[in-house]
Amino acid sequence: MTSRNIIILGAGSAGTMMANHLRGKLDRNEWNITIVDEVEIHYYQPGFLFLPFGIYDEHEIQKPIKKFIPHDVQLLHTTIDRVEPETNLVHMTDGSALHYDILIIASGCNIAPEEVEGMKGELWYQDIFDFYSFKGAKALHEKLANWEGGKLVIHITEMPIKCPVAPLEFAFLADDFFRHKGMRNEVEITYVTPLSGAFTKPFASKKLGHLIEDKGIKLVTDFCVERIDNKTKTLHDYGGQEVNFDLLVTVPLNKGAEYVGRSGFGDDLNYVPTDKFTLQTTIAPNIFAIGDATSLPASKAGSVAHFESEVLTQNILDFINDDPLSAKFDGHANCFVETGNHKALLIDFNYDHEPVDGTFPFNGVGPMQLMEESLMNHMGKLGFKWIYWNVLMKGRTIPFIHPTMDTSGKHLEHETLNK
Amino acid sequence: MTTLVNEKNVQFNEEGFMTDFSQWDKEVAEMIAAKEGIPVLTPKHWEVINWLQEQHKSKNPLTIRKVGGSGITDIKEFYALFPNGPLKKAAKISGIPKPVSCI
Repeated sequence: MTSRNIIILGAGSAGTMMANHLRGKLDRNEWNITIVDEVEIHYYQPGFLFLPFGIYDEHEIQKPIKKFIPHDVQLLHTTIDRVEPETNLVHMTDGSALHYDILIIASGCNIAPEEVEGMKGELWYQDIFDFYSFKGAKALHEKLANWEGGKLVIHITEMPIKCPVAPLEFAFLADDFFRHKGMRNEVEITYVTPLSGAFTKPFASKKLGHLIEDKGIKLVTDFCVERIDNKTKTLHDYGGQEVNFDLLVTVPLNKGAEYVGRSGFGDDLNYVPTDKFTLQTTIAPNIFAIGDATSLPASKAGSVAHFESEVLTQNILDFINDDPLSAKFDGHANCFVETGNHKALLIDFNYDHEPVDGTFPFNGVGPMQLMEESLMNHMGKLGFKWIYWNVLMKGRTIPFIHPTMDTSGKHLEHETLNK
Repeated sequence: MTTLVNEKNVQFNEEGFMTDFSQWDKEVAEMIAAKEGIPVLTPKHWEVINWLQEQHKSKNPLTIRKVGGSGITDIKEFYALFPNGPLKKAAKISGIPKPVSCI
């Protein structure tokens, strides 16, 4: 019998987990698995939040991709030109092509600072930084080490973005950082968002809204940036609002991979149209997508990719057996949110339920408290780096934490979200 | 919270967004618009409102940038039509939920 091919595009969190899950489940004589990524380094992306403040150093958040790919999965470092669903081929920019029986798109999303006039101008990595790339987070670390203070503006260009709470965490950590440096009085922190508030869900606003005020962070809402004036160091929005900065930490527009656009099946931001329950794309039945690359109305976060990977593994096994796709993703996300001063929150939510308070993972026991600031949650967030490298990226599961959200232990009566 | 519009009870949440779209009609929209400081809804307003409602029905998450790329209006005009927080305001008038992030 001729063997068949599964190709995974992208060897980040989602692609790496899929390679490990599937290699463990599929017969080596029947199925070849190939994973393609143009780069050779796997970054622990949650670490980009800590790098600017010197909480992590650059060496602990990067490892070679090949370290996490099973030896009987072929790893190719090459650049993808486009996918051709009609012929089941992936074309590379070097002219070569790979044939697939099943394709998994896991190429994530990235920042596109060039989309806003003046963002990637003369001040880029001088006084304007991102912290969503290794390069940006590292450059910002060097800047913050010697910065003398002034107006620090933390800004989101547009949703959706990877890890939607990261800019808020950055603001809280910045407050903490300058306090400890004894220069908080010399820094004015402003948080600028295109949304209607720093928190947008009613329960979170009520419970956590005070954090912004307590930490003396100024808030500018409903701000849709049109351009950045590098001469006057001003953000201008379409409605005529202006915000001045000395140091701008921006989250540029996030976009899916360029080859998705070139293949002609992405949406306006190069995200792959994907069924939010089965993770099968609408492009073709044998093309699936996972993680930040999809158009799912779920958070773009590592925990989401992790939960999705268990669902997608089952559905690919069903697809191979000609069975109906039996696993359903519920939008489950589970994230630690740093609030500064060695504290963090834990939030757990899905498509149907907003984050509320309660206990996690055991009903009534915890030990984690949801939506409450605690040292234990902060330790959880820092400890997660070890879990990421040693458990998740090796395709293992975390005990007691299920891909679908558990409603027990949660005060769902506190939900106020209208759908 | 309930408001009487033309002898019909319309439900709103604490932030003034409708909680039951089946109660929405043009008169309700005009009432909300007036409250939001938009005395007259022009044909352009209605085009945007219809588009937002269609997007919501198809479960497409809404952003200001997406409205700008809708082909119906550009972002500058969208701000002029619904001043100060256009997406929030337009969603409110369209009877659809507030665009939110995860928290």
